[in-house]
Amino acid sequence: MKLEFQLAFKNLFGARLRTLLNVLVLSFSFVIIIFLNSIMDGWDQQAQKDSIEWEFGEGHLIYEKYDPLDPYTILEGHSKIPLNLDGLTPILDHQAFIYPQGRMMSVVLKGIDNRQSVLKIPTQILKQSKESFPVIIGKRLAESAKLNKGDKVQLRWRDVKGTYDANTITIVDVFDSNVPNIDNGKIWIDINKLWQITGLENQASYFIVKDDFNKAAFPYWKFKSKESLLKNLKELIDQKKAGQSFIFGLLLAIALLAIFDTQILSIFRRQKEIGTYIALGMTRLKVVRLFTVEGSVYSILALLIGSIYGVPFFIYMAKAGFPIPPADQKMGIALADVIYPVYGLKLIFSTILTVIISATIVSYLPARKIAKLNPVLALKGKKQ
Amino acid sequence: MKKETIIKLKNLTKNYPVAGRDFPVLKGINLSINSSEFLGIIGPSGSGKTTLLNIIGSLDKPTNGEVNVLNKEIKSLNHKDAAELRNFHIGFIFQVFNLLPVYTVFENVEFALLLQKNTTKQRKNAVMEALEWVGLTEHANKKPDKLSGGESQRVAIARAMVKSPKLVLADEPTANLDAENAHAILKTMKKLNKELGTTFLFSTHDEKVMGYLDRKIFLRDGIVEKDEKYKS
Repeated sequence: MKLEFQLAFKNLFGARLRTLLNVLVLSFSFVIIIFLNSIMDGWDQQAQKDSIEWEFGEGHLIYEKYDPLDPYTILEGHSKIPLNLDGLTPILDHQAFIYPQGRMMSVVLKGIDNRQSVLKIPTQILKQSKESFPVIIGKRLAESAKLNKGDKVQLRWRDVKGTYDANTITIVDVFDSNVPNIDNGKIWIDINKLWQITGLENQASYFIVKDDFNKAAFPYWKFKSKESLLKNLKELIDQKKAGQSFIFGLLLAIALLAIFDTQILSIFRRQKEIGTYIALGMTRLKVVRLFTVEGSVYSILALLIGSIYGVPFFIYMAKAGFPIPPADQKMGIALADVIYPVYGLKLIFSTILTVIISATIVSYLPARKIAKLNPVLALKGKKQ
Repeated sequence: MKKETIIKLKNLTKNYPVAGRDFPVLKGINLSINSSEFLGIIGPSGSGKTTLLNIIGSLDKPTNGEVNVLNKEIKSLNHKDAAELRNFHIGFIFQVFNLLPVYTVFENVEFALLLQKNTTKQRKNAVMEALEWVGLTEHANKKPDKLSGGESQRVAIARAMVKSPKLVLADEPTANLDAENAHAILKTMKKLNKELGTTFLFSTHDEKVMGYLDRKIFLRDGIVEKDEKYKS
């Protein structure tokens, strides 16, 4: 095989422009495939990290009658907090309305312990605030409701007996999070305050889990690990990846088509050369192997050429990141302003293997014909 | 030097299918060729010279009859054995040189030795010696497209001779050369035949070549018409 590689390199370097064009197209595929995949991996990692830090913690312990995805369960979806609360942060969800600039807007009040540190939501501001009814909101709600830090807005809710009540809340902070789920239509207040205004004393809809907790003390609560909570996000990203692989496939197909064409043309045009190889003592199998290896060598050269311009580009993008347009950030999934690509070994090696193997296969397919060539006719350069 | 029979042909026939029928090219050839001979198969175009050379060179197979080359029965050789026979024992020289265009002169000559898996040092020594035989050491790093026709054919001779084969098959080697180059090439081959004892078998209808041959086998319509031996 060493001989075939030696000869293949010589033949390809000798072919100059034809080799250069094929190698450039293939190297472009290499770089694009690795870059786009690294962006997806970067998004995946960032989205998971943000979701854990801002929303999921180590998991949720949800009251059995509460389904966070079903608004109809909010009213009854809460229960008394059991006694042993080690490693758990209670959250109480409650429906309400705000009236920014006279418009009515449905929101979910999220009561949280203002001393908590399990989530990155800046609840300590609630504790420090001297306002009578302090709340914090995320940038998305602030934007949609046209609210700013320091603004006051009317809040209306129903207490445990169904009686409507209202008060003026003060936005004491607008936090910036990449997780839309804790932001869109959500108002965060101290859980004690929420208990007080709703009469739902010592009630919670779910808990954020920080560490291990005594599961036996929560028979009516379902535990969802962070992995299961991240499942939807992962599925979404996998779906996006699958969509992108169509583009990779297309790119790779163009590059492979160029190699396939070159191989067909080579075998057609290099008949005399093939005949000479056989006359000089090469077996047909070796000639088939030589032409197949030439195709593989395209991918090796593409890897080298791609590295020359790809590696600096990858390093630059790893530092500068890939900016996400504001419109994309409103998609409702955890998406940062800037995504930093992640170049994993698995990604790089799987891309290299995919390209090398597919280039070898498309080179082998036309090269098989050599095994059936008549060397006498080939020596004369007669097309077969 | 003791002469031994290296090629033995017995009732060799070769047919090619033409328009659905078998067209006979060689019709019962019987020949015996010894080592160190410098001989030619002479005949007009279409007489079967190249076909005969191709069968002896194991590039083609006979339809019927026996072809024994260097104690190998050509008809029974598989692809691998035939390739090995050509690689180690038979050198080819073609009418249109058939040099590999992307390789240098050195690499073209080295090619057969690469297949034999010789060491770099062995290859280098053998190639430089072969280039010296044909007077092309100064052109070792040139590509074939920078050489004249005569030089190209001398590279082809060096390529055929570098592996010290027992037999060299030359198919109309002077057909694309002018008289001066043709004579130079033939002198080189004659010298190699004398010094190394290599058997040279030509196919030709070139008068210039005939003057150098020690034995002339005249072929007409696939039949040996005459077999004349001369004292060299």
